[in-house]
Amino acid sequence: MRRVYLDNNATSPLLPEVFEAMRPYFLEKFGNASSIHQQGQQARAAVENAREHLAELLNCRAAEIVFTSGGTEGDNLALFGLVSPGDHVITSAIEHHAVLNACKRLESLGCDVTYLPVDGRALIDPHDVKRALRSNTKLISIIFGNNETGVLQDVGEIGKIAAEADVYFHTDAVQAAGKVPIDVKKIACDLLTLTAHKMHGPIGAGALFVRKGTLLQPMMYGGRHERSRRAGTENLPGIVGLGKAAEIARNGFSDGSVDRMASLRNQVEKTVVETLDKVRVNSVGAPRVPNTTNIVFDCLEGEAMVIALDLKGLSVSTGAACSSGAIEPSHVLTAMGLSPDRARASIRFSLGKQNTADDIGFALQLIPEVVTRLRELSPVYKRAVSSRA
Amino acid sequence: MDTKDQTVAVAMSGGVDSSTVAAMLCARGHNVIGLTLQLWNQRRLARHDGVPEAVQGRCCSLDDVYDARYVAEKLGIPYYVVNQESRFEHDVVQPFVEEYLSGRTPIPCSLCNNHLKFDQLLITARQIGADLLATGHYARNEYDGHSGRWILKRPADLSKDQTYFLFGLTQEQLSRTLFPLGEMRKPEVREEARRTGLRLFEKPDSQEICFIPGGDYKLFLDAYLDEQGEAIPDTAGELVTTSGEVVGTHDGIHNFTVGQRKGSGIATGSPLYVLEIRGDKRQVVVGGADELLSPRLRARRLNWIAIDDLREPLRVSVKIRHRHEAAPALVEKVSDDEVLVTFDTPQRAVTPGQAAVFFDGDVVLGGGWIL
Repeated sequence: MRRVYLDNNATSPLLPEVFEAMRPYFLEKFGNASSIHQQGQQARAAVENAREHLAELLNCRAAEIVFTSGGTEGDNLALFGLVSPGDHVITSAIEHHAVLNACKRLESLGCDVTYLPVDGRALIDPHDVKRALRSNTKLISIIFGNNETGVLQDVGEIGKIAAEADVYFHTDAVQAAGKVPIDVKKIACDLLTLTAHKMHGPIGAGALFVRKGTLLQPMMYGGRHERSRRAGTENLPGIVGLGKAAEIARNGFSDGSVDRMASLRNQVEKTVVETLDKVRVNSVGAPRVPNTTNIVFDCLEGEAMVIALDLKGLSVSTGAACSSGAIEPSHVLTAMGLSPDRARASIRFSLGKQNTADDIGFALQLIPEVVTRLRELSPVYKRAVSSRA
Repeated sequence: MDTKDQTVAVAMSGGVDSSTVAAMLCARGHNVIGLTLQLWNQRRLARHDGVPEAVQGRCCSLDDVYDARYVAEKLGIPYYVVNQESRFEHDVVQPFVEEYLSGRTPIPCSLCNNHLKFDQLLITARQIGADLLATGHYARNEYDGHSGRWILKRPADLSKDQTYFLFGLTQEQLSRTLFPLGEMRKPEVREEARRTGLRLFEKPDSQEICFIPGGDYKLFLDAYLDEQGEAIPDTAGELVTTSGEVVGTHDGIHNFTVGQRKGSGIATGSPLYVLEIRGDKRQVVVGGADELLSPRLRARRLNWIAIDDLREPLRVSVKIRHRHEAAPALVEKVSDDEVLVTFDTPQRAVTPGQAAVFFDGDVVLGGGWIL
């Protein structure tokens, strides 16, 4: 059966070039980057080369990149590395759980956390950030591009507010990196999280940008790796893969691959809205990453739709991968005002650079067929249609 | 009915029965999809006093999902967990709690069959492209050309008979359901599982109500209401005899079930049993074993299976609880949705909240809820 994968926000396939770049570091080019001998030096060179690629992607200095195991670690390191009991943190209601649950933990340790609301398009008002500032505010942590809706926050404006108030600013850019150009100087953020596997790199490698002069307490104690900010032997093949993925991602802004993804995404939205009734694109009016669309198909259960599409060869999701099978409807969609029913009827389609026009054609043929079948068998849809008639 | 080309969804609990059903249907060449209903978070009340932390071998425990997923993977069939926790709480758990608090003895399994397994899961199964839903229930169903109706029959293995919990099935539901174990005995099912190479063939049967760890429903009521920020309402009151004599006090009507032994008579020393629970007066009526016998009962919210309606009084045999030998009786309508059942011989412990299910031999005629 043909299979098309439109769940690239959960994870994206490794690009063959990335895999090729990694391969020798599993085999003949193995080494511990801290060793004195040739294998160690070779490994060190590869790690530092990758660091350069990350620095170029983010427009920062190589020394400001800390390699991590991924997004969750980066977010946790940023928050726990800076915030102490008695401090105040400003974040939002639509953060990834890596930030939200870390904030819950900080609260239990004696920190105050403000969770800013969002508007109907899932946008945070920078004025709200300003108004939430307190004398003991230590950190502002706001998601750059949301994993469920793809909405991009005005991180530049928030960065200005943070700088004026002399408060640290962290942004979770896991879903933004590689999809929109990022310049940490323009954003004026002090910390920024990204991960390799959301941009066609390997799972298990990520990076945290830490602005020079930011005093970060490590979470793990051990050797002096990563300038004593993250102990543990460097994940050599993973870091090489991340570096290669960063290099390819940076080129993607000029070689047309990001634009192509955006136009395919727009085609999905246009066709779905034109062919089906009772559908609506969430956050349609807001700035968004070019690969993500989140669509409400009223009167059906997203879970059943994901299964039905999967059985026909299309992989999509109801939201964050970690939310699947959960009881609660998406906290992101409910925060922007969707009813629990509509949140449960929402499906996320997230494209990757591997997706072709053919893939999208396949998906667009399947979606109306499956939605129609689901609705024909949905008591809720029948009631909705008959009450309107 | 030739169902070979049809896509069948199997409701997989992770137990031996439904796992074997999935294996049998695969062997018969069906296109099989495995579905597990996630109905209750077994760890949800685990923080409460006395509620066991780890619950094993129970529906909806992570272990069971793991087992079901293992079987699906072994059989090479697509497998999904369908989350219906909120609906289960609304349609099964809350009514269960309310029934107990008002002095009745509910059967959550029937509610679950009516609202979840054969309603929502069947809808989901059809939505994802399945024509039929198969379950591991011990029951038989078939189309009866003579009456033009789908009928439900007791299984070959009467010791595993689950028809009592299935009396609420509609014609539409029965027409889309397969009970592949209906002709098999439990040891044969285990043997089939072993032969197919399913390593769980020796897994013990589940016996208790799936969302009540350890089977202690009073503990569950306490923990659940506490979680909801409520306390068990104070329904303490009097123990009375049928003649109205107060013989003691009790600490809440939810602690009692009709037929339950409750101490001994003061004068006679013979055992006393709960005869009736008067929720409105908070009274628990007690009496001797002979007083526990009822010549008749009334039932409401009826569902008919083998017949489209009860037009005239009918000789039937009636089961008034799951483990009850069906008793001969006459059933007749007293209003549109209420029947009167008169037993040939008075029956012990007719319990409001339980179902009365009417049989003609092996055939389930229908049933209703005891008032």
